[in-house]
Amino acid sequence: MIKHEQIEKSVGLLIVLTLLTVIWGGLLEIVPLFFQKSTTTPVEGLKPYDAVRLAGRDIYVREGCFLCHSQMIRPFRAETERYGHYSVAGEYVYDHPFQWGSKRTGPDLHRVGGRYSDEWQRAHLMNPRDVVPESNMPAFAFLANTKAKDSVGADIEKKMEVMRGYANVRGIPTYSDEEIKGAKAAIGEMTEMDVLIAYLQGMGTALKTAKQ
Amino acid sequence: MSDFVSGFWNVYVVVIVLGSIFACALLLYMQGKAKFTPGKTMGHVWDETLEEYNNPMPKWWSWLFVITVIFGLVYLALYPGLGSFKGLLGWSAVGQYKIERERMDATVKPLYDKYSAMDLQAIAGDKQAMEMGKRLYLTYCMQCHGADARGAKGFPNLTDSDWQFGGEPAQIEQTIADGRMGVMPPHAQLGADTIKDLANYVRSLSGLPNDSVRAAKGKEAFASVGCSGCHGPDAKGMHALGAPNLTDKVWLYGSSENTIIETITNGRQNKMPAWKEFLGDSKVHLLAAYVLSLSQGAK
Repeated sequence: MIKHEQIEKSVGLLIVLTLLTVIWGGLLEIVPLFFQKSTTTPVEGLKPYDAVRLAGRDIYVREGCFLCHSQMIRPFRAETERYGHYSVAGEYVYDHPFQWGSKRTGPDLHRVGGRYSDEWQRAHLMNPRDVVPESNMPAFAFLANTKAKDSVGADIEKKMEVMRGYANVRGIPTYSDEEIKGAKAAIGEMTEMDVLIAYLQGMGTALKTAKQ
Repeated sequence: MSDFVSGFWNVYVVVIVLGSIFACALLLYMQGKAKFTPGKTMGHVWDETLEEYNNPMPKWWSWLFVITVIFGLVYLALYPGLGSFKGLLGWSAVGQYKIERERMDATVKPLYDKYSAMDLQAIAGDKQAMEMGKRLYLTYCMQCHGADARGAKGFPNLTDSDWQFGGEPAQIEQTIADGRMGVMPPHAQLGADTIKDLANYVRSLSGLPNDSVRAAKGKEAFASVGCSGCHGPDAKGMHALGAPNLTDKVWLYGSSENTIIETITNGRQNKMPAWKEFLGDSKVHLLAAYVLSLSQGAK
């Protein structure tokens, strides 16, 4: 039996035992999630992000939207009345990494797709106060100045291949070779703002937004 | 937790959970058996003065651990957590959500049913209904039409009595339920000169300063290039197409010459989303009455 004193005096042993203690909970709370149908199978109608939306998603991540916006509608009436059907695990299977966020300075965005018109999204990103005077969201007008193909779209084929790798591990539908080859053409001359709006407009639309 | 891909994971979770709880209990038991030497130090010194006693843990502390172990076992018996076992209470997050909804529906549904049976004009005069309508408006509509319902550039003001798609109660309700597409096609092919003429003519219609020579040429162009097809020969607009009345003082995108030129050259399009599916008929009905009341306040 290891004595208290031995652990305290041997740094290596202390590290090993500390790590074991820390990962113990993860063995239960994390590992089984990889082997549950509800967390690994896409909900019906969910498709992998196409090239444009994948690029838009990268803008979302790059600009840190997740710092103020969550993408997780909890099963509370107050949330589903405002945002729509609560989120389910199968809606996130193509998200690497998840954009759940942890704090809502702004509203949840998980079902923002189709909620507003493209023109609203554009006006709102250019200057949020033009449409919502009370808003404290920063303006993202500069996104209209850069073509997506010069930034997030530059290596879009590679990104799609990586995503395809993840999907293949899980055995879920993913991109065809043609889709990856056509990625650059799909993004074309779109600006960073255009692709971000495409991403936003697709969000949470796989599940019906109707109550129940 | 009941949808593991194989039965192994059920066993895996049960074994680790119960094993961990048992290990904690065992540790507590061993602590009770351990030898202590109260009052005497362990005999080693760190950092010159740091010494350590070998006292037993305080009793209240050990008891807290015991309580934790018991709590854990009771919890696992009542609630889901132990592999695929659903717990004796049958609790689930979705089940709790349904109960919450049902409880609330029992309160609000009679109200909505009452208003669903009334016509919009009658609801618009009902104080309680209008308070409910305002809450709905502030949750779902203010992002585009503004907290004061006065709209923004490209998003209509709802407090005036001008209607792009018609202000009859049934039209308002349809607008909210099914949404609307407002499309002004681009007319860059007319050339900058003609467009400038048209802009001056349009400004003249609502009494804004304009170049009268250009306005006169614009008037001819208005009829010949097809503007009247949507806006009507008298430029008073057409509700069925959402083509605005150009003779009033209401401007969706702005009335400056440059803005009008931009509107004619590049066109405009915007969309009112459909709310029927998301909100359901009774809320759409109440909202339509609220919007109707907003415009009546303006008169």
